Order: sequence, then structure tokens, then C-alpha cells
Amino acid sequence: MQDDGENARFGMKDHFQLRFKAWRGFCVGVTGSIEQQGAFIMLVVEEVTKRYRMGDQEILALNRVSLTVDRAEMVAIVGASGSGKSTLMHILGCLDRPDSGRYVLNGRDVSRLLGDELARIRNREIGFVFQTFNLLPRMSALENVELPLLYAGHPAAKIEAAKALEQVGLASRMYHEPNQLSGGQRQRVAIARALVTNPSIILADEPTGNLDSKSSEEIMAVFQRLNREDGRTIIIVTHEQEIAAKCQRQIRIRDGQILS
Amino acid sequence: MLILTLIKVSLKSLWANKMRSFLATLGIIIGVGAVIAMLALGEGAKRQITQKVSSLGSNLMILRPGQKGSRGVQSSTYDNLKLEDAEAILHKVPEVLQLSPVIRGSAQVKYLNQNTRVPITGAAVTYFSIRNFALQHGRPFTDAETREQARLAVIGSQTADDLFKGRSPLGKVIKVNGLNFKIIGLLKVKGDEGWYNPDNQLIIPYTTAMKQLFGLDYLGGIDLQIKKGVDPEEVKKKITAVMRHQHRIPADMPLDFTLQSQAEVLETLNSITLALTLLLGGIASISLLVGGIGIMNIMLVTVTERTREIGIRKALGARNRDILRQFLFESTLISLIGGGIGVALGIGICYLIDSIFSFSTLIQPTYVAIAFSFSAAVGTFFGFYPALRAARQDPIEALRYE
Repeated sequence: MQDDGENARFGMKDHFQLRFKAWRGFCVGVTGSIEQQGAFIMLVVEEVTKRYRMGDQEILALNRVSLTVDRAEMVAIVGASGSGKSTLMHILGCLDRPDSGRYVLNGRDVSRLLGDELARIRNREIGFVFQTFNLLPRMSALENVELPLLYAGHPAAKIEAAKALEQVGLASRMYHEPNQLSGGQRQRVAIARALVTNPSIILADEPTGNLDSKSSEEIMAVFQRLNREDGRTIIIVTHEQEIAAKCQRQIRIRDGQILS
Repeated sequence: MLILTLIKVSLKSLWANKMRSFLATLGIIIGVGAVIAMLALGEGAKRQITQKVSSLGSNLMILRPGQKGSRGVQSSTYDNLKLEDAEAILHKVPEVLQLSPVIRGSAQVKYLNQNTRVPITGAAVTYFSIRNFALQHGRPFTDAETREQARLAVIGSQTADDLFKGRSPLGKVIKVNGLNFKIIGLLKVKGDEGWYNPDNQLIIPYTTAMKQLFGLDYLGGIDLQIKKGVDPEEVKKKITAVMRHQHRIPADMPLDFTLQSQAEVLETLNSITLALTLLLGGIASISLLVGGIGIMNIMLVTVTERTREIGIRKALGARNRDILRQFLFESTLISLIGGGIGVALGIGICYLIDSIFSFSTLIQPTYVAIAFSFSAAVGTFFGFYPALRAARQDPIEALRYE
């Protein structure tokens, strides 16, 4: 089932694919799988705890955190620095694993996966957008966007990458390298890169942190359009109230615990 | 990831740090260049030796008095090799096609006001064909003239030039240690062989040399030509048996003569050349290894510098093996490029050697291929540790790296 889903994903229209995902989630729901309680849930975090060791001091970064994000939802995770929101983002992004608790993403428990399996989840299920854009220098916008598809072994990476750039309005800047683009344009390239594999969630970490207010608004507009028009699930980690206010729901985190 | 993309990415990152990449690969360039030049030098020497030894005569065997002592020292004079030994061999060993007694010495040679010291070879007429001496002009002495101890001489081309300054030496009478000799033949040029120059000598009948010139009753050696297609080892055994009998040496006593076939001489010389080639090539390959360490060093720097890139790639779904492959590919590529430049350098050095010295190097394509692939192997080997370090980076740490 998993593999069928993967194969069917490429080459289909976006909305159709999203429907397919929803349908798959629904199937899991009716067959009574414990992995997913309903057809409209994208991810479930259950009682997740994460500890860090700093010198001889142990820090409890996440303390029994639970949260749920629905499909096609746009959520903000808000918290001050040191609140544990970065750790939460790393776990949501499958860059790290929880010490205890479960993380079910798109119907699959990913909290106990290892190295290459996690890399595969990151590649297929998650699209990252970073504060510092994190585009590779000396590579054109097109090549940057292409990169996740190359790791997935996609046969027509260039075409898909060009489509994604078109979606964020950068069709005319395809062959520019990052240092020839403005901050807002760079972040739009990064969004295109996050979109291109058609992931379950787009995970943005302070996406407007390095941008002026005009570019920030543009970027947020792109996210809102992707959410409303294409039904993308978007999670934005931020400490700015203005940004959080543009999301449908805000999850507040402090001292490793969810407040609301 | 597609191989083309890998090449492109690697080339780009190498090109972005041109100077550093060049310095990193310099060791490989020098190493490969040196290995190729050294091996070509050795091969050239081998070819030259083979040619020279073959020009001494085909199926040649040389019998000399005395044995190499336990310390490899051969004492200078022996007087136990007689004309009867040569006759016995000729009669009792049918595999011997022809032979010639050889007497070597030197004498003061005068013509008009020219006066020079010249190596003298006393030999039979068979000597010319055994040793591949062809005549430019005139004729060799005959058997009859040899029996009569005629004072006739065949002159080497260089000696003729020294004495006659370009005029024809034929029919001229020269004084050799005060005795009059008539020149009846001029040898064709053979070329200097380093340890012995065949163009600078007088060849006279061995009888004349023994009785009139040097006053000897023993031979300096016997040169033999064995028949084609017979086993030299077999002939050697037979000749040795004849000589034991001649010299009355019991089977358990050491021999008092040395018998060497041309093949053995060639083998000995080639083994010396091979040893030298291997030595030089070995020293050169050490620089190739050092070059590998240079690659490793630069790759470690590159991996550290590109920690963030590694983090990004991992976040986008690169598996550890994708990262490993990328950096391994890069280090292999940089050494391959170095190897390519090194091949060019090696060939260049060979041309330089050929044009500066009167020596011709021989570049074996197989050696070039080996040196080239060895450079690639060095890149892969020394690139492995840095690539492994890159692959094992924690993505979160790597993304935080500034």
C-alpha cells in the first residue's frame, strides 16, 4: 500500500494526489488501525519527551508533548527561544527521534525509524523551509529545486522542478544562482524546493526571520495561497505574533510544554 | 543520484576552489608523472640493452678462463685456455656451428706521423660472422693467411678515421708495436656500446697475435656460435664436459673457466635494469602515496567547510550513502584529473629526456594505464575517511553549523 501510494504520487495532478492521501488515511481509519484515528488527521504527536545533555546537566527540551495537525491545516508553533520549539520542529521534521512517545505522520509511526528510513521520510513526506533559506550556492534555482527529486530518483526532475518554480512565480529566474536573487526570491526558491516532492507537510522554521516586512508579507501570501488553493498542510515555527496571526491555529509552547 | 549530476556538482565545487584543488592534486600529478617517466626510462634502457646485446651476434656463447671467486672477484690473468681446447670443442660438440679463438690486447699503432694506442683483437676468420661484423670495404683474412701468420689487419671505422683522416685505409701499411701490417678490410660502423667500442680496434689473425705480437701460448677466450634451435643449456653442459676432460677436472672440483650464453648475459643485464626500474618506480610511487595524503587533507577541509551543505542535503532526504558517494566521487575525480595531468607531465618528461640526452625512453601504454588507475585508487582510498566523516554528520548539528 505504501509503495503504491509512492508510485501513484508522481505524475498526477496535485489535488488528485491529496485526495488520494486523504482516501488512504480514511481507509486506515475505517479498518480500525491504531495508527490513525481519522481520515482528516495529518499528524499525531503523543506524549513525546526529549532530553538533552549539556555538559553534566540534563535538559528536558520536550515534556510529554501531544498535538494533532489536520490535513490542509495551517498551524503556527509559537514560543520564545529555549522554549523547546526547535526540538519539536526537529522531531516533526524527522531530523531527530523522540526519547519516548509516538509520532504518527500520514498514517505511519515514524518515531522509531532509523537513518536511511528517516531520510526517506524527510525526502517524501516533509518539505523544509528555513530561516536562512539554505539554498546551495553555485547551483541555479532550478538545480536547487531539483535536488530532493534527484535523491528520490525521480525520472523527470527538471520538469517537476520547473513547475514548482512556476507555482511560486519564479519561472523567469530559473537559471539564476542564489546570490543573484533577493531574499524574498531566495525564500520562494526554498518554498518551491519544499513543494517539489509533493510532501505531506511543509515545515517552515522562522521563514520570514531574515526578510524585510514587504518580502515577509509576500512569503506569507505564498504560504496562504498554497494552503487555501492547493490544500497543503503547513506548519510554521515562529516567535513573531504577526506571522502566527496569519495561521488558522496557534500552538504555544513554553519550557517544553504545550500551553494551548 | 545520477552520475552526470554528481560529476557536475563535483567539478563545480573543485572549480570554485581552483588553487586549492590544484595544490591538493599536485602530489598526484608529480607522483604519476614521476612513475611514468621512471618506468619509461627503465623500459628504454632495457630496449637499448637488448638491441646492443643482439648486435653482438646471434646464438653467441663466450668461454673465458677463470671462475668468479666466492667474493665475485675474478683475478686478471689465466693461462690455461689453449688452442687444443677450442679444437676439442669444435670436434666433440656438433651443436657448435663455428668458433673463434680470441686474443685481446692493445698496441701502439703508427701511420706516418699519426700515433695512437689501439685495442687489438686476434681472431679467426669465423669471428666476423660470429660477432656480426660486416665489412664496409675490402675483405677479411683467409684461413690460409691465418695459418701463415700473415701480418694483415681489418680496421675499425673509428680507428681508420683517427689514422687516415678520411682517406681510404685499404692497402696501407701501418706499424703495430713496430711490426708492419697491411690493412685489407674496413669494418662497418657498429656504434659504441659503452663498456666496449667495436669501432675502435684492429682485428688480426689470432696466430699472428699470439706468436708475433704478444708472444702468448694461451687464449684470452673462445667465442662460439651454436646452431639455431638447439637448447643453449644442453650445449653448455656438453662444452663443460669437454672442458672438464681437457683440463682434467674431476666432477667434484670447481671449473677453471666460465661459459656464458648471450641469453644469460641479456638476462643478467635485464634483471639489473628491472631492479633499477623497480627502485625508481617505487620511489616515485611513494610520492603518489604522499599525494594521496594531500587529497585526504584537502577533503577533510572541504567536508568541514561544507558541513552546512551536508545538513541541507540530509534535510532534503539524502541518505548517508548519498553523501558518502558524493564526497568519494569528488576525491576520486580530483585524483583522476591529477592523474591525467600527471600522465601528460610524465610523457613530457620523457620527451625532454629524449631530446636532451642521447637516450630514448619507451612509454608502455600498460604502465600509463596502471599509473592512471592507481591515482584513481589513491583518491578513492584516501577520500574514504573524509567522505565517511561527511556521511556521519548529524543533520541538526550540520544545519546549525556556521
